[in-house]
Amino acid sequence: MTHRLVLILLLVLSLPAHAQRPVLRWGGDAEGGAPFVEADPADPSKVRGFDVEIAEMIARGLGREPRFVQVAWASIEQSVERGDFEVGMSGLEDRPELRARHAVSIPYYEFQEVLAVRPADRGRYRRLSDLAGRRVATLGATMAYQMLLDEQKRSGLVPISYDDDVHPYSDLVAGRVDAVLLDNIIAERSLRRTGGFVIQPEPAATGHYVAVFARANAAMRDSANAVLRARMQDGSLERTFRRWGVWSDAQGGFFRRVLAEAPQAESGQKDAAPVPGTSGRALRTYLPALARAAGITLVLSCLAMALAVSIGILVAAGRVYGHPVLRALLTVYVEVMRGTPVLLQLFVIYYGLSGVVRLPAFAAAVLGLGLNYAAYESEIYRAALEAIPRAQLEAGRTLGLSEGQILRLVRGPQALRLALAPMTNDFVALLKDSSLVSVITVVELTKQTAIYATNVGSWLVPGILCALIYLAFSLPLSRFARALERRWSWG
Amino acid sequence: MSGALRVDGLRVSRAEREILRGVDLQVPAGEICALMGASGAGKSTVLRSVAALQPFSGGSIDVGGFALNPGPVPKESRLKGLRRKVGMVFQAAALFEHLTALENVTLAPVHALGWTKAKAREGAMALLEELGVAHRADAYPRELSGGEAQRVAIARALAPDPLLLLMDEPTSALDPARRGALGETLRELADQGRGLLVSTHDVDFARAFADRVAILHEGTLVEHGPAADVLDRPGHAATRELLRGPTST
Repeated sequence: MTHRLVLILLLVLSLPAHAQRPVLRWGGDAEGGAPFVEADPADPSKVRGFDVEIAEMIARGLGREPRFVQVAWASIEQSVERGDFEVGMSGLEDRPELRARHAVSIPYYEFQEVLAVRPADRGRYRRLSDLAGRRVATLGATMAYQMLLDEQKRSGLVPISYDDDVHPYSDLVAGRVDAVLLDNIIAERSLRRTGGFVIQPEPAATGHYVAVFARANAAMRDSANAVLRARMQDGSLERTFRRWGVWSDAQGGFFRRVLAEAPQAESGQKDAAPVPGTSGRALRTYLPALARAAGITLVLSCLAMALAVSIGILVAAGRVYGHPVLRALLTVYVEVMRGTPVLLQLFVIYYGLSGVVRLPAFAAAVLGLGLNYAAYESEIYRAALEAIPRAQLEAGRTLGLSEGQILRLVRGPQALRLALAPMTNDFVALLKDSSLVSVITVVELTKQTAIYATNVGSWLVPGILCALIYLAFSLPLSRFARALERRWSWG
Repeated sequence: MSGALRVDGLRVSRAEREILRGVDLQVPAGEICALMGASGAGKSTVLRSVAALQPFSGGSIDVGGFALNPGPVPKESRLKGLRRKVGMVFQAAALFEHLTALENVTLAPVHALGWTKAKAREGAMALLEELGVAHRADAYPRELSGGEAQRVAIARALAPDPLLLLMDEPTSALDPARRGALGETLRELADQGRGLLVSTHDVDFARAFADRVAILHEGTLVEHGPAADVLDRPGHAATRELLRGPTST
């Protein structure tokens, strides 16, 4: 009995001790999916994938408990530097900029950038240089995207940036793009899932996956490197990669090359110090791209607003003058458009309807934003139309004006003035909401800024620049609206 | 004198309630008829029915030979003949706020009657001159005083040169001096051969300027005759009540 009590006491005492074992927070994006990181189908509160297992190996090797932190893939670098977690992993590519800004592990996996094309184009598009003037898709802010940008300068290829790695392939099959350049792991996974395309055998480039640490955390990085080397040597890494179906003999050769390198070399030699003037050079490099993206934002917003105003006027007129059935239908339209996220509407228009009508991304963006904002505009116009005193409308009728003339000559002009201020607000809101269209591959101002920020490793300068451009658009607009309101103040 | 307006047995119901219960009324050309009665007696309903702004359920209306029948208000395209014959001045003037006084007056002649802008402008300036507000031609409604706005509204209603002018409570926002001036103006308009049907609470105004007075009480015309007869020798309790009340609202 006494022995049993002592045992229970010991167990109870050991619980907090176990809970206090230091934790290694590691950040990744479960949206990236298998084989990197995905929510476990058996228990979606857990994650699985080869990056999950490697993170666990590192944690255990450091005597810690791994704890997963979900983070958007594009934000992993920023978050690790902020201290949201100690190590970031999720198919992160080894790039010189990454090494310049953070402490980066030894590479633990070698992948190929491969070109996927439709079967009919197998003979035509073998390599990037065959795709002059053609649309080639990839994930934004990746090595592949940089390769496409470089190729664009050489051959005029058109890079199309996506926020996820599923839609590039579905759009390839649908004919929206002519090729996709991405990691072989992603390409092979998409081929298994959806099919309908072929992967060209000749890789466009070779890259490596690494783990990233905060710059100040180089010591932990060095310890993690030792763990990774040990796991390469004892075959644990190989078993993990085999389990996830991404092992090849070439990986064995790659492991041997990594192990042959002297461990002490990497901290001093591989991590380049930040090059002074990098952001200045980057600014010059990105300014034309930012200007182009700002132009796209402006044109897109103007076209979408024009569409919203036109449809909004028709909807408002229908709701004020129309048959009860028409009024009911238009009310449903307004409530559905206002009651669901514009992001969802963009997805439905671009991807959901692609089986019926295959709209170009820009047209889908104009249509999506236009239809959404039309609902808001129609409510403004309806309220403005109904604010015109009934006696004025009756005066128009007693004077022999038709309903159409009363709308055009009496009600409309006065309603327009009432609607002007809320319309301006909506246009400014639309300018900012236009940043959502990057989800359907339109690279507008915010998306271009995000790409710029990822490449220079800071949001400070790109963020300020981006904000200034938005302000340069919206401030004159407000001034213009105020001037117009003054002019139309009728005495 | 020929009749500008003839109303026979006018009935108006709204949601089971009878607003007008068979009103008979004539307004000869050249006369001012004051339509009087307490609030809710149905004065505005008579005016709105004559102007074809609302349907009526029984009786008939004839404006200078244009007949209106019970039932829904006809389409505007079928009311063009009526619109040339009836002008209406609303209680609060109801000027088009985004147009100047002159534009308010020229709008209908240009767009409903197809006059040239020059002809409409010439006619409008003559009317504004006649009504003493030509100097305010370029002012917007919110820059006008109540009296000026009302005169512009009269000019606007007169632009198509109607046979019958309907006025809803024209004195309600005017001081005594302006009431007198308005009465004289209305007298001149009647003398030009128009019939005027003016709804009012204002006994003094009716006594001074109306040729005839019609008393409405709970949807029924209880007295109708020369102004002096009705106002000086009231025969109905409602008229006596009206005469005892305040002379203006």
